[in-house]
Amino acid sequence: MKYIDEFRDPQLARNLLANIQAISKQQVRFMEFCGGHTHAIFRHGLRQMLPPTVELRSGPGCPVCVTADADIDRAIALARLPGVILTTFGDMIRVPGSHGSLQAAKAEGADVRIVYSPLDALQIARENPARTVVFLGVGFETTTPGVAASVLEAEAGGLDNFYLLSLHKLTPPATRAILDAGEIRLTGVIGPGHVTTIIGSRAWEFLPREYGVPCAVAGFEPLDILRAVAGMVEMVEAGHPGVANTYSRGVRPEGNRTALGIMERVFEVCEADWRGLGRVPASGLALRAKYARFDAALAFPVEIGPTRGHSSTSRCRCGEVLRGMVEPPDCPLFRCVCTPAHPVGPCMVSAEGACAAWFKYGGVDV
Amino acid sequence: MSDKILMAHGSGGQMGHELVERLFLRYFDNPILAQLDDAAVMEVSGFKFQVSGLSNFETSDLKLAFTTDSYVVSPIFFPGGDIGKLAVCGTVNDLAMGGATPLVLSAGFILEEGLPLADLERVVVSMAATARDAGVQIVTGDTKVVDHGKADRLFINTAGVGVVPSGVEVGGGRVQPGDSVILSGAVGDHGMTIMSQREGLRFDSPLESDCAPLHGLVAAMLGALSPDGGLGNPPIGVGMIHCLRDPTRGGLATTLNEVAGKAGLGIEIVEQVIPVRDAVRAACELLGLDPLYVANEGKLVAFVAPEAADAVLEAMQAHEYGQEAAVIGQVTDKYPGRVVLRTSLGARRIVDMLVGEQLPRIC
Amino acid sequence: MCLAIPTLIKSIEGTSARAEIGGVERAISLALTPEARVGDYVLVHTGFAIGVIDEEEAQETLRLLEELAEFYTDEMVAAEMAPPEESGPAV
Repeated sequence: MKYIDEFRDPQLARNLLANIQAISKQQVRFMEFCGGHTHAIFRHGLRQMLPPTVELRSGPGCPVCVTADADIDRAIALARLPGVILTTFGDMIRVPGSHGSLQAAKAEGADVRIVYSPLDALQIARENPARTVVFLGVGFETTTPGVAASVLEAEAGGLDNFYLLSLHKLTPPATRAILDAGEIRLTGVIGPGHVTTIIGSRAWEFLPREYGVPCAVAGFEPLDILRAVAGMVEMVEAGHPGVANTYSRGVRPEGNRTALGIMERVFEVCEADWRGLGRVPASGLALRAKYARFDAALAFPVEIGPTRGHSSTSRCRCGEVLRGMVEPPDCPLFRCVCTPAHPVGPCMVSAEGACAAWFKYGGVDV
Repeated sequence: MSDKILMAHGSGGQMGHELVERLFLRYFDNPILAQLDDAAVMEVSGFKFQVSGLSNFETSDLKLAFTTDSYVVSPIFFPGGDIGKLAVCGTVNDLAMGGATPLVLSAGFILEEGLPLADLERVVVSMAATARDAGVQIVTGDTKVVDHGKADRLFINTAGVGVVPSGVEVGGGRVQPGDSVILSGAVGDHGMTIMSQREGLRFDSPLESDCAPLHGLVAAMLGALSPDGGLGNPPIGVGMIHCLRDPTRGGLATTLNEVAGKAGLGIEIVEQVIPVRDAVRAACELLGLDPLYVANEGKLVAFVAPEAADAVLEAMQAHEYGQEAAVIGQVTDKYPGRVVLRTSLGARRIVDMLVGEQLPRIC
Repeated sequence: MCLAIPTLIKSIEGTSARAEIGGVERAISLALTPEARVGDYVLVHTGFAIGVIDEEEAQETLRLLEELAEFYTDEMVAAEMAPPEESGPAV
């Protein structure tokens, strides 16, 4: 597969690793913001191949993991309304809210359907004019422009039975929140490649400028991730933090202007609740007044009752995992109580979650 | 006859009899089924195993294999097969994984009221053809009809009986450190084919289910290790095939974990040599899935003593259903109960069992 | 957020396109990349092309990585890396 296989070349990977080994002197801790990076790092066994001077920490870049309990409860309540078809990306259906998950609601009779694209949700709406189709909008800047484009398509087509529950969030503010909290010393940030395809590598310049932290924007193949690590080690050793675009085949400094324009047309910035980070100002996206008629939260106000945050009543440390403060094995529940079969927190439920990745790939010292 | 299944078809009365005569008897045509007794009777006398009107052979000791499985796949028709073909192959393969030669099957149908008869006929025709190709007979069966909405079009249960030739003993407990792990072909075809038919996940692909009966392949493998081949004469060396498994639900990864757990040993596999079709790889990338966890319906994995591996591999590659067979790893006494993968980059990581369903992801 | 796959545009009709990877084809939307042309590779996420892949940059990246190979001799590679375990399946 073109642009995938070449970037998995084992020989080039070995050379990159030798490069990193040769130049890495200081102990560094890099946060890979994105759940997709965590997944790729584990899948290809990159952690164990890096020298001991380089430590990687997972960040809150799993849109599923950071969805707050109250938001999941709201989605489940909507799914239970008569006549509603709740459409969602696959990774969301097992995430537990206060009282069960979308999957559990489905087992009890709610019409919950997994879709690959918001466009599929539009199609379901067209094919079921007598039903109400709600699309669960989860995802960062990679996903949101497509959702925005779908809202515009719904408007252009005069669809009156399609609604969006927007839980979309922005990544730079979350990164700021982690650095501002000062709970963890980060020497660098591995920037999410596909988010940056949309927002542009310039969007990360605040990291070196305001925090003195270098950032390397990375793609998702092993060579991309290793290149980013190498780039950041270089910047750290030279004492010159900056933004390195190591995913230049997919990322430009200005990003995707069309996508940004569409996103801005349909959404406005608002505050958002992040599991693990709490309320973060200017980090969420809500439909603009002009598109309010597509807003599921407005059209169907639902009672969600008190949020029984399971993480606050149990010893689940998902919040700290998401902030990069601890690693999954540091959580007392990891592996003995909390497993993919019986997950307590979203970091274990989501395929992208750090805990799921550790459990699945990192069980034994090999 | 009406063109749709009605509740009356399941009530045991005239309409039910009509359905049996005009559909099941017509296609599953054999003397035992024609008796329409409640049970199919097969005589076992002395060392001769005789299934009346079907086959005759001798075996020095008799081990019967018996298995059952139910099939609820949706959609019922898909590229490369249908629920009926699955129902025959699945049970035939369970017997084959026990080292048995499949002989006879039962077929129980649970039909949804309103199911078009043409669809049922299409399924039955497919089952008959698959059974014929597999050399098995469907000798007994049952039909029930449930209210509309209580069954997803139709469900099928098949049970099967087979005979295990002497000297053949396969099971997880026989696996030894050093055993070669041989996979019969590319993984992920069936699961990705079904996935590609699901609403919201549809894409056009040259994918087809790999659904196939594997006992012929197993016979070829056993034959490679016995000088005169075939059943009935005490074969030498067939005992070197220690374990056979078909990686169905949960995929190759789950099956390997099951064997590792049962044997209390470790299994090491190499990513680069595991055959996966381009289309499966591409479809998995698109949806964020891992081919190692995707279901197969026409593949087997064999655990073979290392001195027999070459002969077995050659026999597999010469067979229709084993042309892409490859040695993908070996059994070890390190990491007992775990499966370890050497990635294409040369690193090692755990391959865990699948928990729940693999879901398409965006992240 | 992260899962975007490079696919080849085979045909375009309005804002829709047929994209192909490894023999698998799917209809995708070019609403976010109106500049894409037949023959381009685009990154596809949830049914949308989110960016056109810059072929030259891709080649340049690979070239840089190849250059690293010239930089490091086999001995350096062997010496600087923890050698992977030699035991393993004989495949």
